[in-house]
Amino acid sequence: MKEEIFSSGRMNPMIDPTLHIWHWHIPVYLFLGGLAAGILFFAALYHILGKENEYKTAVKIAPFLVPFILVIGLGALFLDLSHKIYFWRLYTTIRLESPMSWGAWILMFITPLSIIWCAFNIRELFPKWDWKFKVVIRLEEFLRSYKTLLAWFMLVAAVILGVYTGILFSAFNARPLWNTSILGPLFLASGLSAGAAVIFLMSRSHKEKLLFAKIDLIVIGVELFLIVHLFMGLLASTQVQIDAAMLFLGGPYTASFWIFVVILGMLIPAILEILELRGAKIPGFIPAFLVLLGSLMFRFIFTYAGQFSSWTY
Amino acid sequence: MRYAMAIDTKKCVGCSDCVVACQTENNVPIGYCRDWIVEITEGVYPELRLENRSERCNHCESSPCVRCCPTGASHYAEGGVVLVTPEKCIGCGACITSCPYDARYPHPDGYVDKCTFCLHRVKDGLKPACVSVCPTKCMYFGDLDVPNSEISKILKIRKYKTLIPEAGTKPQLYFLE
Repeated sequence: MKEEIFSSGRMNPMIDPTLHIWHWHIPVYLFLGGLAAGILFFAALYHILGKENEYKTAVKIAPFLVPFILVIGLGALFLDLSHKIYFWRLYTTIRLESPMSWGAWILMFITPLSIIWCAFNIRELFPKWDWKFKVVIRLEEFLRSYKTLLAWFMLVAAVILGVYTGILFSAFNARPLWNTSILGPLFLASGLSAGAAVIFLMSRSHKEKLLFAKIDLIVIGVELFLIVHLFMGLLASTQVQIDAAMLFLGGPYTASFWIFVVILGMLIPAILEILELRGAKIPGFIPAFLVLLGSLMFRFIFTYAGQFSSWTY
Repeated sequence: MRYAMAIDTKKCVGCSDCVVACQTENNVPIGYCRDWIVEITEGVYPELRLENRSERCNHCESSPCVRCCPTGASHYAEGGVVLVTPEKCIGCGACITSCPYDARYPHPDGYVDKCTFCLHRVKDGLKPACVSVCPTKCMYFGDLDVPNSEISKILKIRKYKTLIPEAGTKPQLYFLE
């Protein structure tokens, strides 16, 4: 028999009995960050491929959501800070070893970029739009002449943002569940899948809908592949990581993970999309909505389960 | 200079004096603690083995908390002591999550707080509050780079362990066995 107790008593708020410092803010922020990354990725990609008129929603319309998504996400992150009036300290230093610092700076870069992208396409929404001031008109013309270059920047920044939402977790060696670099590509894939779902929901062209249903299907396949590898990696590792995997394989997060993330968020939308591609009449919003729900739940479950997993000594 | 602490688990009786001394010295908010006692009992009565450990921040040489801090608020001070500058801390919680020892907590005023090895006392030539009040004299504090310091000498002659060395943080709390 072995018994370990804090004989002096210890009940530090948000630390004991198990760590719970991060609440809804972080998963919401990571979900919105991943979603924004997904939308911008496809916008930049199809602009670079020269298909902006073919896939108009992806390149021109859906990106209008991004500045709002990012602002809401940053708002959630701001609410999470406990020493709020010092938030500007994020921007007085660059710390390459800190994922939080990477995140703060990449958002500082991609938010204005997404606003510029919207400015390019504002006439799609408001045909009579007039910038009124000469300076703004000139600025838009100047930036427009570099549109493809900006698209390349946006593509790379979107990938960094998407990967960052996972790396933020995987950089923490203290939380064995998170401490696997596969979370980077997994969160990126989840963000791309959410982005594709939003474009699918907004699009009115049958051709575009079909394309994004196919993309979503492929990305879901990649996600399932990465999830299998996540568990293979954890189960082949040290005891603490085996314990972390067990949180999802019989532990307290088993039901929520497999039902909400894998079945409702991946398998059912994948089946519905396959049926749809084969010509069955399925209301398109169902798979898209499920993908978004699964993506959000994935972040929630990982945030909470990760804090639950720890070293034992 | 490398400050470190050694705790003799054979002498510690788990009285919690160190915990109270720290709370008093550092004005730790009520309901919080920067150090704590872990009591481990192994075996079946009457054959029991007991270990008491007075634990706190390990002031790791390779601190994940310093590495992941986005503003540089968590930093190494003199002697490798890990400190937080409240005016730089935004309270994002990354360092709290990154600590394998759960040694940090969010102060009610917003910033992140933790053990400082009582650097303000050490600079005046005193010992940390927890060390100086220990009734069994089971704690040793000093500079590992000085071969004749009390802590260097005790670590030469006694067997010791550190907590979760496999986490790779190079902890600087030594538990004498």
